[in-house]
Amino acid sequence: MTITQDDFALRADLAVEPGARVAVIGPSGAGKSTLLGAVAGFVPVTQGRIIWANKTISDQGPATRPISVLFQDNNLFPHLSAFDNVALGLRPSLRLSVAERAQVTAALARVGLEGFGARRPAQLSGGQQSRVALARVVLQGKPLVLLDEPFSALGPALKVEMLQLVADICAETGATLLMVTHDISDARAIADQTILVADGVAEGPFETAHLLDNPPAALRAYLG
Amino acid sequence: MTRDPARTARAAAILAGLGVAAWLVVLNFGALGAVAWRAEGLTALRGADWAAVRFTLVQALLSAALSVALAVPIARALARRRFIGRGALIMLMGAPFILPTLVAVLGLLAVFGRAGLVNQGLEGLGLARLNIFGLHGVVLAHVFYNLPLATRILLQGWAAIPAERFRLGATLGFGPRDNFRQLEWPMLRDLVPGAFLVIFLICLTSFSVALTMGGGPRATTVELAIYQAFRFDFDMGRAAMLALVQFGLCAAAGVLAWRVALPSGLGGGMDRPVQRFDTGTAGLRLWDGALIVGGALFLLVPLALVVMRGAPHVLGLPVEVWHAAGRSLVVALGATGVTLAMTLALAHAVLIAGGARGAVLEWLGLAALAASPLVIGTGLYLLIRPLANPRDFALVVTMLVNAGMALPFALRLILPGLREVVASQGRLADSLGLHGWARLRIVTLPRLRRPLGFAAGLTAALSMGDLGVIMLFAEREGATLPMQLYRLMTAYRLDDAAGAALVLLGASLALFWIFDKWGRGLAEA
Repeated sequence: MTITQDDFALRADLAVEPGARVAVIGPSGAGKSTLLGAVAGFVPVTQGRIIWANKTISDQGPATRPISVLFQDNNLFPHLSAFDNVALGLRPSLRLSVAERAQVTAALARVGLEGFGARRPAQLSGGQQSRVALARVVLQGKPLVLLDEPFSALGPALKVEMLQLVADICAETGATLLMVTHDISDARAIADQTILVADGVAEGPFETAHLLDNPPAALRAYLG
Repeated sequence: MTRDPARTARAAAILAGLGVAAWLVVLNFGALGAVAWRAEGLTALRGADWAAVRFTLVQALLSAALSVALAVPIARALARRRFIGRGALIMLMGAPFILPTLVAVLGLLAVFGRAGLVNQGLEGLGLARLNIFGLHGVVLAHVFYNLPLATRILLQGWAAIPAERFRLGATLGFGPRDNFRQLEWPMLRDLVPGAFLVIFLICLTSFSVALTMGGGPRATTVELAIYQAFRFDFDMGRAAMLALVQFGLCAAAGVLAWRVALPSGLGGGMDRPVQRFDTGTAGLRLWDGALIVGGALFLLVPLALVVMRGAPHVLGLPVEVWHAAGRSLVVALGATGVTLAMTLALAHAVLIAGGARGAVLEWLGLAALAASPLVIGTGLYLLIRPLANPRDFALVVTMLVNAGMALPFALRLILPGLREVVASQGRLADSLGLHGWARLRIVTLPRLRRPLGFAAGLTAALSMGDLGVIMLFAEREGATLPMQLYRLMTAYRLDDAAGAALVLLGASLALFWIFDKWGRGLAEA
């Protein structure tokens, strides 16, 4: 497939195994977020298509794709409680049945936020806010989870903790994980495979350890 | 084919926006067509009509020039001084915007009128009395209204000059004069034309000020002449011709306004004084102090007099006044609802359509700024007449015209907010499948609560105090509060008028305060 935005073009011809945990790395401005945006449905694909489980999804809207996304920021609505923010993953109308309310509570509990449902994002720490967004991912139960560096504002230890939580959640549900990162140690810690985005081309996935130990020229320049 | 809710919601939003746009076209242009069509031939303008055209232009030019000329030194003084009550004074400068015209007129009459404070003083000194009616009265009232607006617009300009520039200036030894030349003048050069044009536009469609402060045929605006041709002479041909002239004037000003970015003076952030280093000398301090005190007195004394004179008479007001107040309240609330609904629909359509198409929709929303309520009212009257008795629709038409008039201000306030919501939270909402009503209810409206509250307050207050279209339609029964107040004034029932003015002032301010308070109520995250 090809994505064109003004004078920027990104080509990608790759396949990811179901259940894989894949990092997306590359220099800034190379198009990591654009690649994720195309998969998620926010960036139109100009040529080619995106296929999931033998079905073309690149002509669907963002909400109908089998995908959960966590953006760099604005993953929560600041005026809604944590509970409502999670519940939106189930019912955009926020009209929930008793059983559905229990599901939301369970999802909050899964990420360690029991009893925090009534709080607004501003009343939560950065790590807790990330957990609320993750609870929604749990609740949505979509087979493909995309992370566009949602934890980059957190401290290093907390970030690793969050990524580990994501990895655990994906393992439980069998979801495939695609995460943008500029931190190689994240890729090593979480992702067994890595896609390299550089010079207008997305390549891979490669075995993470192998790629990082024997970097090609473009990656070497980036790693320094 | 599967039904895509996102696409359906977009289509619905576009459709609603186009509906609003079509209604605006009918309101702003269709009414004029109706006037021309129903007039059964246009009547040539008389000498008095040309005098009205001249007077309209002269008073609007003078009002705009004086307001801006006085606003520059006052805004400059406010920008570089810090004192107790500064924030309150700047907030108060926003008040004339929502002040009913007749209340302002009564306040000005109490100061400058026949038996006002100024004339009492002159008489005490053995000097001749001033006659306020006529050109200077109209200009005085317009300056009273628009000087604060101009001051707020310019203060925003001053607030937009980064504090670091003044600091840099201080290290280079800039005095007040250098600061003016290097920092303040370039800002003024950008802002003053827009401020001038806004005020010129407002004064161009002046009706109630001319009605009350104008004096006879030598001080009549076109807007007032339309009313007189319509109401007293029943000369539809002349009313239509005057409506065409007024439309031409407004259209010309509107074209100018397209080229100059119009500032609104509605935003915040003016109450943060920048640390200044050029405020040293005693003479300068005295000058700034005199400007600030003078400006504050010019605003406050008339209002204080309205309150003082009205307070003893509120309880004894005749029952018609309270009935009129009730009708005005209904009109104001209706106009508020209609304005908000139209604004939201139009703002969504502007953003979805985007690009040139969005810009056209936005312009259409702002075009009402140059529209003439009396032309629209005349047109609607003529459109309704073949079908029903227009008098039965007096309040509905008033409400709809008020809503159309408030739309530009509401759009100004709400569109940037909506743009921000879409930019920061649009993707999240999209990814969660939030569309249509659910999105409006769960995301958009809560996030827009502040500008919505402010816009609602403005609309309600403007509509509550509006005296315009209703004068074409209503008979003895069914008057709004401003119309009732006008009747009391012309009948020289001055005590009742003073009481009614205070009620009107209180109602307008209360409506604004309640809606704005509601908008601020939510603890923003």
